[in-house]
Amino acid sequence: MKSKIEKKLLSQHQLNAVAAGCLSRNYGRTFCSVVEGGESSSCPKAEDKTDQGEKFERTSKAEPYDIAIVGGGMVGMAFACALSRNPMTKHLTVAIIDNNPALGFKTSFKRSEIPDPRVSTVTPATISFFRDIGAWEYVLQQRHAYFDKMQVIFPFIGLGLHWVGYTRYNARDVGKECLGCVVENKVLHYSLLSSFQSGAELQWALYPARLSSMTVPSPRSVSSRIMSQLEDSPSGRFVKLDLSDGNTLHARLVVGADGSKSNVREMAALKSTQRSYSQSAIICTVEHAVENDCAWQRFLPSGPIALLPVGDRFSNVVWSMRPEEASAHKSMDGDDLAKAINRAMDDGHGPQPGSGVLGGYVERISSFTSWWGPSSSAAEPFRAPPRVTAVASERMVFPLSLMHAHDYVTRRVALVGDAAHTVHPLAGQGVNMGFGDASALAKVIAEGVSVGTDLGELTLLKRYEKERKAGNATMMAILDGFQKAFAVDAGPLNLLRAAAFHGAQYIPPLKRNIISYASGDQKWPLFS
Amino acid sequence: MALRWCLRGLALGRAIGSSSSRLQLQQSTNNALFSARSLPQALQWWRSRADAPLPPSSPLPLIHLPPPDESKHRGSAEGDPLTFSAFSSSVDEVEVAKFAAIADTWWDSDGPFKPLHSMNPTRLSFIRSALCRHFGRDPNCAKPLEGLKIVDVGCGGGILSEPLARMGAVVTGIDAVEKNIKIANLHAELDPVTSSIEYRCATAEKMAEEQQTFDAVISLEVIEHVSDPAGFCKSLGDLAVPDGAIVISTINRTIRSYAVTIVAAEYILGWLPKGTHQWSSFVTPEELVLIMQRASISVQEMAGFVYNPLTGEWSLSDDTSVNYVACGIKRNP
Ligand SMILES: Cc1cc2nc3c(=O)[nH]c(=O)nc-3n(C[C@H](O)[C@H](O)[C@H](O)COP(=O)(O)OP(=O)(O)OC[C@H]3O[C@@H](n4cnc5c(N)ncnc54)[C@H](O)[C@@H]3O)c2cc1C
Ligand SMILES: C[S@@+](CC[C@H](N)C(=O)[O-])C[C@H]1O[C@@H](n2cnc3c(N)ncnc32)[C@H](O)[C@@H]1O
Repeated sequence: MKSKIEKKLLSQHQLNAVAAGCLSRNYGRTFCSVVEGGESSSCPKAEDKTDQGEKFERTSKAEPYDIAIVGGGMVGMAFACALSRNPMTKHLTVAIIDNNPALGFKTSFKRSEIPDPRVSTVTPATISFFRDIGAWEYVLQQRHAYFDKMQVIFPFIGLGLHWVGYTRYNARDVGKECLGCVVENKVLHYSLLSSFQSGAELQWALYPARLSSMTVPSPRSVSSRIMSQLEDSPSGRFVKLDLSDGNTLHARLVVGADGSKSNVREMAALKSTQRSYSQSAIICTVEHAVENDCAWQRFLPSGPIALLPVGDRFSNVVWSMRPEEASAHKSMDGDDLAKAINRAMDDGHGPQPGSGVLGGYVERISSFTSWWGPSSSAAEPFRAPPRVTAVASERMVFPLSLMHAHDYVTRRVALVGDAAHTVHPLAGQGVNMGFGDASALAKVIAEGVSVGTDLGELTLLKRYEKERKAGNATMMAILDGFQKAFAVDAGPLNLLRAAAFHGAQYIPPLKRNIISYASGDQKWPLFS
Repeated sequence: MALRWCLRGLALGRAIGSSSSRLQLQQSTNNALFSARSLPQALQWWRSRADAPLPPSSPLPLIHLPPPDESKHRGSAEGDPLTFSAFSSSVDEVEVAKFAAIADTWWDSDGPFKPLHSMNPTRLSFIRSALCRHFGRDPNCAKPLEGLKIVDVGCGGGILSEPLARMGAVVTGIDAVEKNIKIANLHAELDPVTSSIEYRCATAEKMAEEQQTFDAVISLEVIEHVSDPAGFCKSLGDLAVPDGAIVISTINRTIRSYAVTIVAAEYILGWLPKGTHQWSSFVTPEELVLIMQRASISVQEMAGFVYNPLTGEWSLSDDTSVNYVACGIKRNP
């Protein structure tokens, strides 16, 4: 039997190597490494609170990390932030593994800069989570756009007819101030990093590398082979992570926040179901003559287009279409693209609501039905979206797909964010689901800490899965349903579904349900 | 004397008829026992238990069940739970052999110790709040037991010792079965946070003889497996410093506990190996309070653990009819 001392020496040796590796690859930050006889002592914090870029600290322990977070994207950083803000978890040792340079630099964004085309529509639930973890104040200092109105325009195709309907959502209907806030992804990420660095009591280290392999101890190895494990490495009970820069570390729990092509998911052999739509989304920032205050979405025969306010006179466009069309639009002349967007949002796809005979019929029904419904916006008139004057940013094209992991957890491994579920950007729910995961996992870990649980224990992690998976699956089913409902060639079903969706406009409880679900504060919507 | 009779009567599963013995019990029972329920409620509960018929000896014809009586005799049993046997060991050879046989499976959370694993968070949250209250610790931090010297008596594979160590306690785990101690050691050494736990193959009596003392003495799910609960309890008291805490959990002796722990857990669900528990050795909350008092421990808190079969989770409750836990304070000598 190896003595405890020998084991400690070994892991201390490993850690020294790790610290050295970090030091040699730091991104202009001060790493500080304290190793003393297996005991930890946190290194003095950088005093300068304003210069967060210099505030990375490193405390070594001759032990495995409590948690290794693979992927320091929005969801990974939100999770780290949530841990650092909870009195139960702020003492944990955390390794963040990601070579994304965004993690290394303090970036300040000038308001004069054109908004980045990568934006997220964050829900009120996400906003309150960001407040809890101290990140929202940083968002407020940057460009962001609250919106309290949403107008969805959709076609009725069928029976040889082609006309349009619309639904307007208003935050007032659900007693809320806003329906959401559109924020550039880089602003969300920067805010999370800032909050994490300013408030972190956590003992943590950044490994600017990729995960290249991961060894999870087999579930039975501890119980039945415990005797033979004697000669194994001291960390035979933990996950071993090999990084692209040659470092090796051990962790009690690995959190895979490494996006839709998650290596952690693959290496932990967690199965998933994928569905691709043979559609792509083109995204870009556009400019208007006036400020946009409403989120617009229009379902076109070729796919949905959304125009989201991003602040100042800019909007973000997310437009789904066939891949070949998307690449054509990507290389199109700027003015032509602006024209195409205007046509898609506004005209050229059938008559306006109310303008044709059938449109008038729809309006008659709506004024009739709105008598018995208290929904204030039901009777609100149709508004035309603001016209796009120019395309202001580069354009990006992404293939659309839906992916859901069958299990979010296995022993010592948990997936969060896009690693567990990827949705198409239709309803702006992608990253919100991820923030919900981060919040839930951090809470479950805090509960585990409070009763001394080993953080990698499957029963603990299963509680996180139980809390998140069903809700996420429902959300995905809704999005998938939307996608199918408004996809081309859906046949007569399309009319029925569109009518059902339109009906929601005039049945306030159902509509309220859709809004509260989309804004992230309801677990069970009426339909799935 | 009436008290003694009463307890014996209970041990034989006989209903208590005499109101005087009931009165006696009520008087001698520390009122703190009923902190979780009002006295009239408690009385009613007591009465309903007292009048209840014996569990049938074989409720399911297809399953051969042991009769819920004293017929299965125990190793060095003295018979009378109130007789102290300070010099004889409390180890029940038959019981201890059962644990030795399944020692490898301690850390298999789906194995025979599954109920203990699934109960762990709930019983630890009881211990956490009881000890924080008693020792004036802030429960809102990760290591509220920092520095407290705790002995886990009958630690088995260390299912409880390890979380206690993670909560900051300086833990000594003892068990009568050598193999358990081996497993506990091996498992704890795999993680630096738990490798400081000191495991020893010893009984509570042995430790008490050596005059070892601890801030808190914890013995969960053990007392129903020892030959002499009262003597065992006395040793637990001896291990605590004056004003130290003693936490004991066990299974009540009720019809429900027979149905749940023996019929369901051993015969229907197969969670526990058949014969794990002897219904007759179960101790009721009243008996436990009495024997604790006799060992200079005054009971401060008591709670029940209830299992929700739908969620598979346990929670704390005032229903002590099956699993329950008591926390007492060692009185100054
Ligand atoms: C076109 C488009 C529009 C969208 N619009 C919206 C919207 O409006 N609203 C919304 O809520 N969501 C939207 N989304 C979804 C949203 O962008 C994602 O849900 C979000 O980025 C997921 O965050 P994440 O942190 O889980 O993953 P990611 O942001 O993908 O981050 C993963 C991180 O892991 C790192 N990483 C990956 N592999 C490794 C490895 N092996 N080792 C180390 N590090 C690794 C990467 O460097 C990266 O930093 C949209 C997505 C697309 C494609
Ligand atoms: C049901 S297990 C409980 C284990 C542990 N306390 C828990 O709750 O997780 C009972 C344990 O008590 C031990 N044991 C039984 N009689 C004992 C005695 N007299 N002294 C010490 N340990 C004993 C057994 O070996 C077994 O490990």
